[in-house]
Amino acid sequence: MGKNLIELKNLTKSYNGVTAVDSINMTIREKEFVTLLGPSGCGKTTTLRMIGGFEDPDDGEILFEGRLLNNDPPYKRNINTVFQRYALFPHLNVFENVAFGLRIKKKSNEEIRLKVEKMLKMVDLEGFDKRNVDSLSGGQQQRVAIARALVNEPKLLLLDEPLGALDLKLRKEMQLELLDMQRSVGITFIYVTHDQEEALTMSDTIVVMNKGIIQQIGTPQDIYNEPVNRFVADFIGESNIIEANMIEDFRVHFDGSDFDCIDKGFRPDEPVDVVIRPEDIYLHSNPADGKIQGTVVSVVFKGVHYEMLIDDGNREYMVHNTTMFPVGSSVGMNVMPADIQVMKRKEEEPCEEE
Amino acid sequence: MKKAAKRIYMGLVFLFLYAPIILLIVYSFNSSKSRGQWGGFTLKWYAELLQDRQIKEALYFTIIIAVLATIISTIFGTLAAIGIHNMKRFPRSLSLNINNLPVLNPDIVTGVALMTLFISVNIQLGFVSMLIAHIVFCTPYVILAVLPKLRQLNRHIAEAAMDLGAKPSYALRKVIIPQITPGIISGALIAFTLSIDDFVISFFTAGTQVTNLSILIYSMAKRGVKPSINALSTIMFLTVLVLLLLINKKSDKGEELLL
Repeated sequence: MGKNLIELKNLTKSYNGVTAVDSINMTIREKEFVTLLGPSGCGKTTTLRMIGGFEDPDDGEILFEGRLLNNDPPYKRNINTVFQRYALFPHLNVFENVAFGLRIKKKSNEEIRLKVEKMLKMVDLEGFDKRNVDSLSGGQQQRVAIARALVNEPKLLLLDEPLGALDLKLRKEMQLELLDMQRSVGITFIYVTHDQEEALTMSDTIVVMNKGIIQQIGTPQDIYNEPVNRFVADFIGESNIIEANMIEDFRVHFDGSDFDCIDKGFRPDEPVDVVIRPEDIYLHSNPADGKIQGTVVSVVFKGVHYEMLIDDGNREYMVHNTTMFPVGSSVGMNVMPADIQVMKRKEEEPCEEE
Repeated sequence: MKKAAKRIYMGLVFLFLYAPIILLIVYSFNSSKSRGQWGGFTLKWYAELLQDRQIKEALYFTIIIAVLATIISTIFGTLAAIGIHNMKRFPRSLSLNINNLPVLNPDIVTGVALMTLFISVNIQLGFVSMLIAHIVFCTPYVILAVLPKLRQLNRHIAEAAMDLGAKPSYALRKVIIPQITPGIISGALIAFTLSIDDFVISFFTAGTQVTNLSILIYSMAKRGVKPSINALSTIMFLTVLVLLLLINKKSDKGEELLL
């Protein structure tokens, strides 16, 4: 991946005294697919709108290829946006919607025709030129919105929950198509979503935000396997979050037992949070084979696996397993040291969901 | 039975509403000067209208004022509506209420107030003062006609245009205006209709030099209703009727465009 394209430095924005984005810092490289992920109201859309030029930051800098971008109006930025609910121009047909940016740049008719047709082909809308945008399905309108942005060959494409209005199946298809497009045109994407699965599927880098603060920046694997705090663990995927004590390096205590783990660097006896993903708990029909013993209290069939809640007297563990253990049966549970993710606990509870 | 009763009731309501106008139209074709009897069909009152210099002049003023007031109030009203639409919540509802006040205000109050204003700032009552007055009372209606169209716009559509490189003025011309055109046209038609049939405000602001049709009819009626007044009133009624039909057709079509 290439050199730095855009840098946010201490970017801050508040509305009527409520801080929407609180002094965030990040660097995005060329051709990177970055997802801003978080619950609604976490500041992700505000961040995107500041990059697009639709909101003025209260404080901080936006650097684009090293140049300060703060004071440029949207029409001077080499950045295009795919808006939530598309914001297509209903009085123009598909061709003219896509051609809009090129017409402003006063390109020749011939060049416009070639570029628009190429773009419509790329988004699989060949032959739709003359169609009214209102007559298109949600997925097709989505494609027009993407074509309308990409035809201008921006260095950076911003996407604000672009798949939010589509049904699940179409959304999954579009995720992969978008990813293909991003790879083939080689443009940096900043993608805003509240859908953690979407973020994991598509991103090179995920930025998890909550309450205007960046919680964690990392690859999907980092974010999923090594969440840095309770909020991230809870927001990305299903998880068991357990209050524990770090006895010493590589040794953590919870639910009456000591467990080996692979984390270090905590104070002796420091209170920590431990995350264990439901699929990382191994079940044994003989309770004595497990480090923790418990009783199955509920079973739900999820297709690929069974989701079981197992009570060990201290808490209920959520466990995913392809073998079903009936309600009421006693089981033993084990966890591999590498699957125990130890996180620093913050003094206040920083991350309840909004 | 019940259905028939409903229809009869409906018929009575419409008869009550339209009987005076129907009578007026019928009399405008009555060759007898007396109102009590039917003297046969004639178009002579209409012909008389065309020869009357006073009436032709009034017609001229009525139309020229209506056209100018429509154009100017449509421009003012559209720009104001766009401004109001983009305001924050509190100033927006405040502006809307201020805008609605003249709509609900009795015409006579508006008329007297405008006359007082013109006199106090030394604008001579005449063509200009009457034109200003018409612009004043038409503009709020244009705002009211344009605002709903703005509300139906996608919130991000102007941003999308600017995102694609459009300066704000280009976005306004190429994206916003084309989409609110149905609202602008119905606003203009309402303004035109209001302007040609206004009497009260015109009466107070026209002075003695300028006479429009409604003022003329009023002064003629004081000297006894001539059949030619019936003819003139019929023409005005039909003009307004046609405009109203146009407005309704336009707004129907506007709804269709949205679907």
